[in-house]
Formats: sequence, C-alpha cells, structure tokens
Amino acid sequence: MTARTPAAAPGLFRRVRSSMSDPEGGWIGLVITPVMALILLGTMLWVWNTADIDQTTRNILEGSKLRGQFQEHLFMAAWSTVFVIGIAVPLGILLTRPRFKRFATPVLTFASSGQAIPAYGLLILFFTWIGTGPWTSIYAFTLYAILPVLRNTIVGLEQVDDAVIEAGRGMGMTKLEALRKIELPLSVPVILAGIRTALVINIGMAALAVFIGGGGLGETINSGLKLRRDVATFMGAGIVAMLALVVDWLAALAERYLRPRGV
Amino acid sequence: MSQAHASAETATAEALIHLDAVTKVYAGTEAPAVDRLTLDVPEGEILILVGPSGCGKSTTLRLINRMIEPTSGRIVFEGEDVTDVNPDQLRRRIGYVIQQIGLFPHRTIAENIGTVPQLLGWDKTRISGRVDELLEMVGMEPHLYRDRYPKELSGGQAQRVGVARALGADPDVLLMDEPFGAIDPITRDRLQNEFLRLQAELRKTIVFVTHDIDEAIKMGDRIAILGDSSAIAQLDTPERILAQPANEFVEDFLGGGATLKGLNLRRVREIEVAEGYPVIRPDTSREQALAALRSSDEDFLLLLDAEGSPTRWLDEDNITDPATALGASGLPVRVTVEPEDTLADALEFMLQSAHGTACVVDSHGRFDGMIRLETIMGEIASMQRAAREASAERKRKGAS
Repeated sequence: MTARTPAAAPGLFRRVRSSMSDPEGGWIGLVITPVMALILLGTMLWVWNTADIDQTTRNILEGSKLRGQFQEHLFMAAWSTVFVIGIAVPLGILLTRPRFKRFATPVLTFASSGQAIPAYGLLILFFTWIGTGPWTSIYAFTLYAILPVLRNTIVGLEQVDDAVIEAGRGMGMTKLEALRKIELPLSVPVILAGIRTALVINIGMAALAVFIGGGGLGETINSGLKLRRDVATFMGAGIVAMLALVVDWLAALAERYLRPRGV
Repeated sequence: MSQAHASAETATAEALIHLDAVTKVYAGTEAPAVDRLTLDVPEGEILILVGPSGCGKSTTLRLINRMIEPTSGRIVFEGEDVTDVNPDQLRRRIGYVIQQIGLFPHRTIAENIGTVPQLLGWDKTRISGRVDELLEMVGMEPHLYRDRYPKELSGGQAQRVGVARALGADPDVLLMDEPFGAIDPITRDRLQNEFLRLQAELRKTIVFVTHDIDEAIKMGDRIAILGDSSAIAQLDTPERILAQPANEFVEDFLGGGATLKGLNLRRVREIEVAEGYPVIRPDTSREQALAALRSSDEDFLLLLDAEGSPTRWLDEDNITDPATALGASGLPVRVTVEPEDTLADALEFMLQSAHGTACVVDSHGRFDGMIRLETIMGEIASMQRAAREASAERKRKGAS
C-alpha cells in the first residue's frame, strides 16, 4: 500500500464487501451476471430478426412447446436440487459429528469419484436401472450434484471457530442447540455457496435429460441438431444459459440476504 | 480480599465446590492428566489454579463443569453431588469464561449476554433488563453496545462482554480459563482491576486458571500451584506462598523477587500517604514559594494547577530564576498513582521519576499526598516480618 492511498479507502471497501458482495465474486459479480444475460438476450433477438427462419425452425421453437420444455427443465433442476439439499446437508452434519468424523474423508472421496463419471454415462446408467422419464434424470442429477453441497457443508461446519462452540456448550447449550444456534448459522454462507453450485450444475445437466426421454429444453437443442436447424439449436442453448445465469444471480442474492449479520 | 483470607481457615465447612479424588485419564494415555485431585473452593473466594503449561490446570477447570468427564472421583457443587447429573443443566448454573472469549459472531452483544437466560426460558423483558444491567456493570453503555456485533468490539470490550455473558443468569460460580491471557498488558491490567472491583461487590465463587504467577498473586484469594497431573504443590494465600514456598518446585515457579511480587498485593490506599508536602498554586508568588520550600526538608516543591492536579516539580533554582515563569520552569510531573494502584506500580513510578517519591492523586486527579521510597521499604520489611511470623506459627501448629 502506498502512502497516497486515502485512509478511508480500506474501510469503505470493507463496508461495500459486507453489505453488497457475495464471498466469491465481490459485488461486481452481482452486476456482471445480469449484463451477460442481457448481452445473450440481445444476441438471441438479433439472430431471430436477421437469420433466415424457415417453417421447421418455427415448428421447433413454437411457443407452447418451449413453455412446456421450460417447465420440465425447471422441474427437474428444482427437484434434484431439493434432493441434493435433503441428502447432502444432513450427511454433512453427520460427518462432522465426533462419532462419524472418521468417515468424512472416505465419503468425500467416494462422492468425488462419482463426479468423475461422465454425466452422460451416469444418466445412461440410471436409465438402464430405472427406465425412462424425468424422475430417472432427477435421481441421476441428484447423485451428480451432491458433492459440492456435501463438501461445502462439511467445510462450512468445520470452519466454525471451536472457541465459539466451546463457549456455547460451556454455557449449557445441548449438542443440538449448539448445532442449531451456532454451527449451522455460521456455516450458512458456505453451505449456500455449495447449493448455488449444485443448482447451476443441475440446470445445465437437465439439458441432457432428453436423451432418456426426460424432456426439458434439451429437446429443442436436440431437434435443432437432428434437423440441422442451427438457429433452433442456438435458441435452445441460449434459453438454458439464460436460465442458468438468472438462477445463479437469484442464488447470489439469496446468499447475501441469508448470510447471518455480524459475520 | 482480606475477608476471604480470613475465611480460608474454615474453608471445608462452607465449600461451594468440592472435588474429591477427581481423576482424568485420557483414552490412549498412561499418565493421568489429573490424578486424584481433592480441592475445596469456599464461597465468595477467588481460587487460582496456576502451573506450568501441560500440568492439567485447564483440564481441572473443565472437570468442574464437566466439559470433560472425570474418569473417577466425585464433584460436589453447593452440597449436591453433580458427578452424574445432566451436564447441560449443570453448566447453566456455572459461568464460564475462556481465553478466546468465543462470542457468537452472528449474534448481537445483547443476544450474546442473554444466552443463558434465554436457555433458561426467561421472558424477553426480563432478559433485556438483565442485559442492560450487566452492560452497565462492566462499564459499557447499553444503548451504544447492545445492538452491535462482536466484530465491532476491541479486544478489551469483547472480554468485558465475555464476563458479562458469563454472569448472565447470575450464577454463584464462575470458571475462568486464562480470561485475560490474550489481551495486551495495559488493557489486561485495567481489566484485572475492574474485575477485582466487580468481585468485591458480587462476591462470586471463582476458579481462575492462569499460567502467569503475577496475575495469580494479584487476583487470587488463594492460589493452588499445580505440578504434573494437577498435583497440588502448594495451596495457600498469595502472601504466604510468597513468604514460605513449600518446596523447590514452588520456589522455581515463583521465580526471583518474591518480595517484589508481594508489592502487587498491596494497594496505595492501604498505606499512609505523607501529607504536608510543600505545594504551591498558580497564584503563589516567588517569595511565598521560596519560603515554603525552605521551611520544609524537601529539595523540590510541587506546583498544582487550578484544579489541584500536580503539574511541575520546582527546585530552588527554578523558583529564583526570574527569566522563566513558575508555570514553565522545572520538570513536568509525568506520572501519578491512584489509590487503586498497587505498590509495585508506585515503586516503578518512583524509580522513573528520580525524586524517590510518587504523587498520589484521587479519582479526580487532585493531589492527595506523596508516597516515598522509605514508605515502600518499610512495607517490604513488615511483609517479610509477617511472613516469618506466619511460618513460625505454622511450624508450631504442625509440631503440636
């Protein structure tokens, strides 16, 4: 730091960080995402207005079809995220309790290797096991996206200062009260960051569901590819990307407002 | 403090905490961390557990509120055997302060202090009233601090809140594990004095762990010096431990200058302050000043300001030098001592001031009198005499 740096600057930045930013990207992250979404939207509109649109493309991109696919897409992404949270957060809590701590590393290793399987392979694996339909995809995506939430839950709980827990227990909080009133609130930012990652992974993954008959916006992309209608493919992919950007942005906002004050 | 010293003799009868042959052996270790420790803590006393690191003093403290479960032995608390009661319920009756403080960063100061009352199910108005009362007790303005978060506090303020939080539900007992250990020396000194003042009012029963013998001497009504496995090397009042270390281990642990350490025990208000030191006020003339100095046995006189606070030392040359105004000549008074300061502080100031004296001021900063080096020497001599008598007394008792 040079002597010319105004003395107020560090304090100013700290204030900005704590009130406006998410832990990873800083407040700029919150602005960049909408800007990117707008640029994408602009490009899509430009393509739509300038490209040569034939009837096949119009059929693929028909409004009611897109709406249905959009709903299926969100349905799959939402449910798989709900399952991820329902499994990974309790599992993470369990794996940070003294009795089960020793299983944390093996379970995390297993979850990481699960993610090393190509997503498409995992989907096919579930297809041969359960059969066709959106729920098969939901189960497969759940398994695929568990890792970030599980890892962040464990890391989030472990980074809580032992002295704070010691103080709470020393004043007569039960183990459950210490977990509920101290450990979980203090790990909320880290856990939320994991959930946000899982949500974005799931939105991207849901585009693959079409290959096992799960529907979603993958259908538009797939039709465009099969019928060689590049505009349709681009539009399908663009909508998925927009959805991912908007959801990520909403999750970033949630991170900011659900983060406990004072931390 | 002296009150508790007197009651130390009858300790066993009114012990609030009683440890009976308490032992802790950690799984996978041979040597016990605490080995058959029997200890009484009488009501209203500060008992210090002091010893080298690794002697088991923290473990001992944590055995009392069962943060660590004893391997064997009994813990009796207010006459009730609590070795097997629900530890969470037990801890709500015991205040607990740790070195790292451990304030909840996501909760306001008020919520932090209200933790135990809230666990006990007090209603909101009662908790809020109690929080304000405690904040005032530790010298922090409730309306300024109650809605702040811990990260907005300085180290000293955080430790005050830590103490207030431990006093939340007005427990009879406080356990303090190196509470002032992580604080800078100047703030620590102030917090220690504040805490002693608080304790004089509250008269809690306190078990206090430290590795700092000087802190032990200053804070303790009694001190237990612990060796390996929390074996008690000596358990006595600070005065008697300083005067008569029970063995070589204690002597080593005390280090040099036991009598100097003893000066930490006495406060300026307890000794007689020399009055009649020559002082002049801003409106005194040179002639009057000279007369005042010559009629005393002193080499210097003291110039007070309009409020009566000492400002400058003047000798005869300063007074007679017509070139300089009285208020600008001589040497400034840099340090003063207050009634609550220890004699050790006073001695240090004297050695700094080169006059062999230290100005005593009252709480408003007004000149109150002078302490001389001879007075402190006299105190040292009488402390040594008292120590000799005490040990002779004990030997006689032991023999009979």
